[in-house]
Amino acid sequence: MLSESLVWLILFAPLAAFVIIGFVIRPLMRLVIPVAAQEHGDDSTHSAHGRSILGGSAGILAIIAIGVAFVLSIVALFGSIDNHGDSPYIAHDWLTVGNLEFTIGILMDPLTTIMLVVVTSVSLLVQIYSVGYMSHEDDRGYARYYAYMSLFSASMIGLVLASNIVQLFAFWELVGLSSYLLIGFWFTRPSAVAAAKKAFIVTRIGDFGLLLGIMYLFFHQDAFTAAGLNSLDIVDIYTAVDAKIIAGGVATWIAAGIFAGAVGKSGQFPLHTWLPDAMEGPTPVSALIHAATMVAAGVFLVARFFPVFEASETMMNVIILIGGFTALFAATMGLVATDIKRVLAYSTVSQLGYMMLALGVGAYSVAIFHLFTHAFFKALLFLGSGSVNHASGTFDMRYMGGLRKVMPITYASFVIGGISLAGILPFAGGWSKDEVLTAAWNGAGAIPAIGFWMALLAAGMTGFYIFRAIILTFHGDFRKGADAEGIEDTHGAEVHLKESPIAMVFPLILLSIAAVGIGFVVNPLFDLGIVPQHWFGHFLGQGPVHVEIEDFNVVLAPIAMLVSISGIVLAFLMYQTKVVSAEQLGARFKPVYILLVRKYYFDELYEDIIVRRFFYGGVARTLDWIDGSIINNIGKFIGWLGANVGTALRQLQTGQTQEYGAAISIGILTIVGLYLWFL
Amino acid sequence: MGLENFLIVSAVLFSIGFYGALSKRNAITVLMSIELMFNAVNLTAVALSRYVVPESLATAGQNAGQDAAQFLLTGHIFAIFIITVAAAEIALGLAIVIAIYRNSESVFVTDATQMRN
Repeated sequence: MLSESLVWLILFAPLAAFVIIGFVIRPLMRLVIPVAAQEHGDDSTHSAHGRSILGGSAGILAIIAIGVAFVLSIVALFGSIDNHGDSPYIAHDWLTVGNLEFTIGILMDPLTTIMLVVVTSVSLLVQIYSVGYMSHEDDRGYARYYAYMSLFSASMIGLVLASNIVQLFAFWELVGLSSYLLIGFWFTRPSAVAAAKKAFIVTRIGDFGLLLGIMYLFFHQDAFTAAGLNSLDIVDIYTAVDAKIIAGGVATWIAAGIFAGAVGKSGQFPLHTWLPDAMEGPTPVSALIHAATMVAAGVFLVARFFPVFEASETMMNVIILIGGFTALFAATMGLVATDIKRVLAYSTVSQLGYMMLALGVGAYSVAIFHLFTHAFFKALLFLGSGSVNHASGTFDMRYMGGLRKVMPITYASFVIGGISLAGILPFAGGWSKDEVLTAAWNGAGAIPAIGFWMALLAAGMTGFYIFRAIILTFHGDFRKGADAEGIEDTHGAEVHLKESPIAMVFPLILLSIAAVGIGFVVNPLFDLGIVPQHWFGHFLGQGPVHVEIEDFNVVLAPIAMLVSISGIVLAFLMYQTKVVSAEQLGARFKPVYILLVRKYYFDELYEDIIVRRFFYGGVARTLDWIDGSIINNIGKFIGWLGANVGTALRQLQTGQTQEYGAAISIGILTIVGLYLWFL
Repeated sequence: MGLENFLIVSAVLFSIGFYGALSKRNAITVLMSIELMFNAVNLTAVALSRYVVPESLATAGQNAGQDAAQFLLTGHIFAIFIITVAAAEIALGLAIVIAIYRNSESVFVTDATQMRN
């Protein structure tokens, strides 16, 4: 088992990288390279040769830091296996107010260790990839990029390690902050700035719910204290649920607050609008944050407080419905998106819906299993799309095509990721998606059934849209890329059709291997040498949640695969062989098509109706009126009072010494007189 | 002649001086009135010193000795102090009056209103 200081090093290594890059390396750059020269250099940084030692060291430092964190995470995972999932670390006092203690500490249960491995491994690969992808960036931008990436990794690690809900919330917000910084990384681009703000504000709505949930939990501190527990300590919360201190309506409301936070962070309906827009950030950022780890934080949060959710059947049903609906709803929008990253973004939202669905039906280990496999194949797909962008200079699939011949490795890895996403066995995504569907199928009652059918339908769509993306991108003839699209601010992207550099291809290969095999390896159907049967589920079952291992469903799996394959076949018919005309289909179902292209008008609903009409027109105008006519007038009245009382008093100040003398004398006489009178 | 007679004269003098100081426009007259008030105070001090014996002395009797001289002369000493200080004060006051006169060609205190600003 790792000593505690080494576990903290997992958190502090990337954090230190952030501090060093941000507060040492970047200021040094300003000293070494005059700003004027740098600005001039912006125009000619289309080659990767301009990287200075300082700039290069930023990247290397960040990669080493996350590498250390990754190695330690692996050690921690094995330590946790040896330890049967018990967390041996004792929390430290942070703040004591009266008899209330805030603690800070490490909760090293199976969920944490698995999340640690996912976060650090994907982060490591993405950061290696970024050396190639961000090579067009100038030195200062490059260092800033790695500083933010390190900050993000550190906050995500802090989030999964937290043993206290306040500690968890702090890192939760840090994750949101670093996400904001990275989406708006190219801050000269107005759309990136808008997307960053949107992501920050929309997730903040969910975070507010989470905060309310924490506060409501805190209201029950008295009941906790009576049982010798601390309402903010996560392990104590588990105990409290077992002891029925939290039950019924209380559990429902706490769970609702926590779930609101998860909905915001994981882009679940109805707070899904920010996630597709977040694709404005650099592609590795999308891969790391908006596919593999940060958006999974919502799922992690629900899993972390799963006992609370289990205590409330209402919330479980809400999760099933929202998860299932999101899976289907996002998939439909993915059908028509033309931006390859948006297709992937919708698929992310959809897959997160699957995870939520699994949590809702009580299949805790299945949800985490899907999170685990999804992190790898979705990071793979995103990095693949970045590689494609590197060659074609665009993200718009209408201007791609034919890239299979020039970038075979990217093509192969993208297809592997696609198959995995579509849920074809024996690829990683197949195993986990099957388990989600099986869990939903086995759930009792009508609501899991609704979730199941929505998820099954979404599985077909997933096969369709991902293969549509593959065919449009890699098959057929090249349609001129960025040259045809005619966008200006491409940040160095231009058409040069060749395979991406080794730094980018290497992570793709590693992730491809993971996308193929990792699903079966960690959760095999039979004993697999060192890995016992259903290891993943059993391991998670050592945590606070009771896990029921569901056997492989021999009937359901082929059906689910058939649904996916039919989607894939349809994609081939429409875009490869063109037997079915996509245009005609679009024309026939024009209203539906437009509805999907316009994303169900949710952006319009939120921005025009809720924000402009309701907030600007209603709430803000009312508040403005109150401010203008009431608050302001109170202020004005106080000022007027001072000015006019002064006017009256000013008449007394004549400058006539004798009047003053008289006044003073009268005053003294009065005081003396009163004194004598009352004595 | 008792203490009251001195105090009455002193009070009358003080009141006349006080009235003059607050009502006369001419700065010289004001200064003179202030001088009247000083002298009223002096008169009170000396009279009280002469007629009022501190209790400690009254009870000490034969043993008073050195202390008696000190206490009995306190009023007189103060009167001399006040006269000295008043002389200095009048010198200062006249200097101010002259300075004001040079500036504004007036010795009326009602014209000297600069302090208002």
